Amino acid sequence: MASTLGKPTIEHTNPLARTLLEKLDYDQLTNCMRCGFCLPACPTFKETGMEPASPRGRIALMKAAVDGLMVPDQQFEDQMNLCLGCRACEPACPADVKYGQLIEQTKEAIEEHAKHSLPVKVMRKTIFRTLFPKRGAMKLLGGSLAFYQKSGLQKVAKSTGMMKLFPDHLAEMEGILPPASSKGVVERLGEFYPAKGEAIAKVAMFRGCIMDVMFANTNVNTVELLSAAGFDVYIPKSQVCCGALHAHSGEMNDARELAAVNIDTFKSLNVDYIVSNAGGCGAILVEYDHLMKDDQKYSENAAWFASRVIDVSTLVVEKGRIPRFDQKIASSDQQKVKVTYQDSCHLRNVMKGSSAPRTLMKQIENAEYIEMVESDSCCGSAGVYNVVQPEMAGTILEHKMEYANQTAASYMLTSNPGCLLQMKLGIEKHKPEQPMTAMHIVDFLHERMIFSK
Amino acid sequence: MLNEVLAKQLREIVGEKYFRTDQEALVAHSYDGTPMLQALPDGVIYPETTEQVCEIMKIASASLIPIITRGSGSNLCGGTTPLQGGIVMVMHRMNKILEIDMENLTATVQPGAITGKFIAHVEGMGLFYPPDPSSMKISTIGGNIAECSGGLRGLKYGTTKDYVLGLTAVLPNGSVIHTGGKLTKDVAGYDLTKLLVGSEGTLAVITEAILKLIPQPKTKKTMIAMYKDIYGAARTVSKIIKGQIIPATLEILDNTTIRVVDDFAKIGLPLDMAAILIIEQDGEPEMVERDIDTIFNICKEEQADRIEIAATREEAEKLLTARRSAFTALARLRPTTILEDATVPRSKIADMILRTNAIAQKHNVNIATFGHAGDGNLHPTATTDARDHEEVHRVEEAFAEIFEAAIELGGTITGEHGVGVVKAPYLEWKVGAAGIEVMKGIKVAFDPLNILNPGKVFAKETKKRVVIQHG
Repeated sequence: MASTLGKPTIEHTNPLARTLLEKLDYDQLTNCMRCGFCLPACPTFKETGMEPASPRGRIALMKAAVDGLMVPDQQFEDQMNLCLGCRACEPACPADVKYGQLIEQTKEAIEEHAKHSLPVKVMRKTIFRTLFPKRGAMKLLGGSLAFYQKSGLQKVAKSTGMMKLFPDHLAEMEGILPPASSKGVVERLGEFYPAKGEAIAKVAMFRGCIMDVMFANTNVNTVELLSAAGFDVYIPKSQVCCGALHAHSGEMNDARELAAVNIDTFKSLNVDYIVSNAGGCGAILVEYDHLMKDDQKYSENAAWFASRVIDVSTLVVEKGRIPRFDQKIASSDQQKVKVTYQDSCHLRNVMKGSSAPRTLMKQIENAEYIEMVESDSCCGSAGVYNVVQPEMAGTILEHKMEYANQTAASYMLTSNPGCLLQMKLGIEKHKPEQPMTAMHIVDFLHERMIFSK
Repeated sequence: MLNEVLAKQLREIVGEKYFRTDQEALVAHSYDGTPMLQALPDGVIYPETTEQVCEIMKIASASLIPIITRGSGSNLCGGTTPLQGGIVMVMHRMNKILEIDMENLTATVQPGAITGKFIAHVEGMGLFYPPDPSSMKISTIGGNIAECSGGLRGLKYGTTKDYVLGLTAVLPNGSVIHTGGKLTKDVAGYDLTKLLVGSEGTLAVITEAILKLIPQPKTKKTMIAMYKDIYGAARTVSKIIKGQIIPATLEILDNTTIRVVDDFAKIGLPLDMAAILIIEQDGEPEMVERDIDTIFNICKEEQADRIEIAATREEAEKLLTARRSAFTALARLRPTTILEDATVPRSKIADMILRTNAIAQKHNVNIATFGHAGDGNLHPTATTDARDHEEVHRVEEAFAEIFEAAIELGGTITGEHGVGVVKAPYLEWKVGAAGIEVMKGIKVAFDPLNILNPGKVFAKETKKRVVIQHG
């Protein structure tokens, strides 16, 4: 893109408009030429059919607010918050408009002006400042959740109908949560796990916070898969939350603080790759260079970091020795087991990692990979979207499950914890005709991995 | 213009949700795909039936409210920008495919049906609807009819007008007309169907269309010919047509376009070539083989550097999809992309490219050229920045000369995008003063109160023709 002619000189009286003018990249706003190619890619446009609920519409609203053509009001904020942030519009955009950055900048501006009620303020502070950034708090939550699940309390809560006191969508989510654990991957495997056979490269694993509490087994399996594929795996203890949820909620400064810790941690290990097994985390990790571009101290190391981030499937397929996988056939049924896949939007649209998971699934002996219609379209999970926008998330999921059921697959694989939970919820709510199990692709592969030695 | 009483009446017709006057709705319908044009409407309405459209038009007539109909707003002539305010009528809710008549080979559809989905639907039934505008993934059948859209297959199969057999349309006074029908032959009176196709929403609101379907061609073959010299590519086009071969698709992309398209689609286009031709032939297998062979030889004679034939259908589709993105992909170069639509007789393609390049150089503007070379429809596209007023002025001057050149070569000012507001000052260059008078008479006959898409097609003033130096 050629040099910029800058922003308009407007004195806004509306404070949000002022902040939007300050934060939004006006060149990107101008680059949108309104061709409309993004519309069919957008899940909220698909569901509503309304122009304002499309990427082109939202960019027009942002630009109108900055240009003074409209005053950004509550409806403006609501429309921006209705965006899933799946970024399916980006690969669809021939003009290469960085929509993800625009929506992030808009949310940051909105957040700066938000007048949250006291309980919401306290909750946001707890979640963003205490829970996610701090390992201890996360582990404690994992421990409590595990206690809740194992002690029988969960059963009591369910049988007494206590969950009915919560909003429906939260109660539904509670029902599909996997067994949590206070023991994460480092506690189980230590900080280093060597490669099987000659080491191809030195990699560090990004363990994630939700992943390491809710899906600690997946993290362990990821390490073992990487080792089997020929990688020396480091799992530095001092890594922190990736900051994705903060960034998507407009808490950019918090996101940058977390990024700084992670950059320092991984840089000191001097690894060849930084591996993620969660699309949502990976997408912000791979954009740390953009996140830190105005930070002189960190911009160079952030670029070092970002250039090394890779999804586990992509690393195994493109750089590793792919292990052998075999699906044992049940003796009574000679048919191949059918497997399908829901793309993680962030893995697909930001990390460009849609082909490797498919390559791996097709490698499994005695299993048949079936492509789901619109597998590339968001499932409605999108970080905390299904919690804050339950209605739209529910509609999207309903349509998703129609396609899921058409595949008649026994396994629905995913590459991100949010998508995995959402697919579990979908299977629970819209029961397919045949039994279907949702799994992280790594767990599925790990179960079928033939260990050579 | 819109008071609460009228708003209430309109809400009663379409339902509370479907008439909106909030900021968000107004802003999101203040533009279409045309650069540098934006104006807020007074309201946005989403009708669901022909009857609702009738009721809306009665109110609009009684209160002299402009009505601007639109589909997905992907048009490039400013045709659906509400420049004089009024109500934007979005046809998205009327999106059903009402019937596929296998006995008469026709389809009856509502205007809001997405063209790409409609095409996929009929192809699933073994039939073929050839008009394929590059925007078909998002554009609507109604929008295609209003603008008489073309596309990559126009050369062999014609454009939208060749496939519309009949229409249901609502006149500004609220009465309904039915034109044509499922008929191949029909000369009862003036051909109002053809008149409404390409009338750009200025005569009536189309609420239903009967479309002609044809059998699907048995096979397709796609090739790409690459040239170090763009005029060799242009001469190839003229020679193919002169050789009485009519390919299904015959597209040209110049070097600038090749680079940006490949940057987007990443399909390995040759970045070092001055131009490429994308050629597709369809039909009976033997004929396709023979034609592709002959074309191959013509390409060689005209010094094509490399010629490749797509090995698979996927490879061919990727090539065509990439070509369809050319216009927007050019936006990677500069923020504002002004795409034009000059069309010349096919034998003059090489001349037109030479003239365009000379004009760009003279005015010191960046113009990339691509387009449907086979039907003479070129899209010289300026990459500029709307914020640089001096440069935009030079771009406008250059385009005026390009239109002038097109007309001199026996061409026209727009081949498939329509006149709208962008080309209105040039329309008289093409149709003459008498032609304009006849067209205005037709407009009055349909829309005496001038409430349908006012300010489009007819400009207040015709732009003065510049004198082009010859030789």
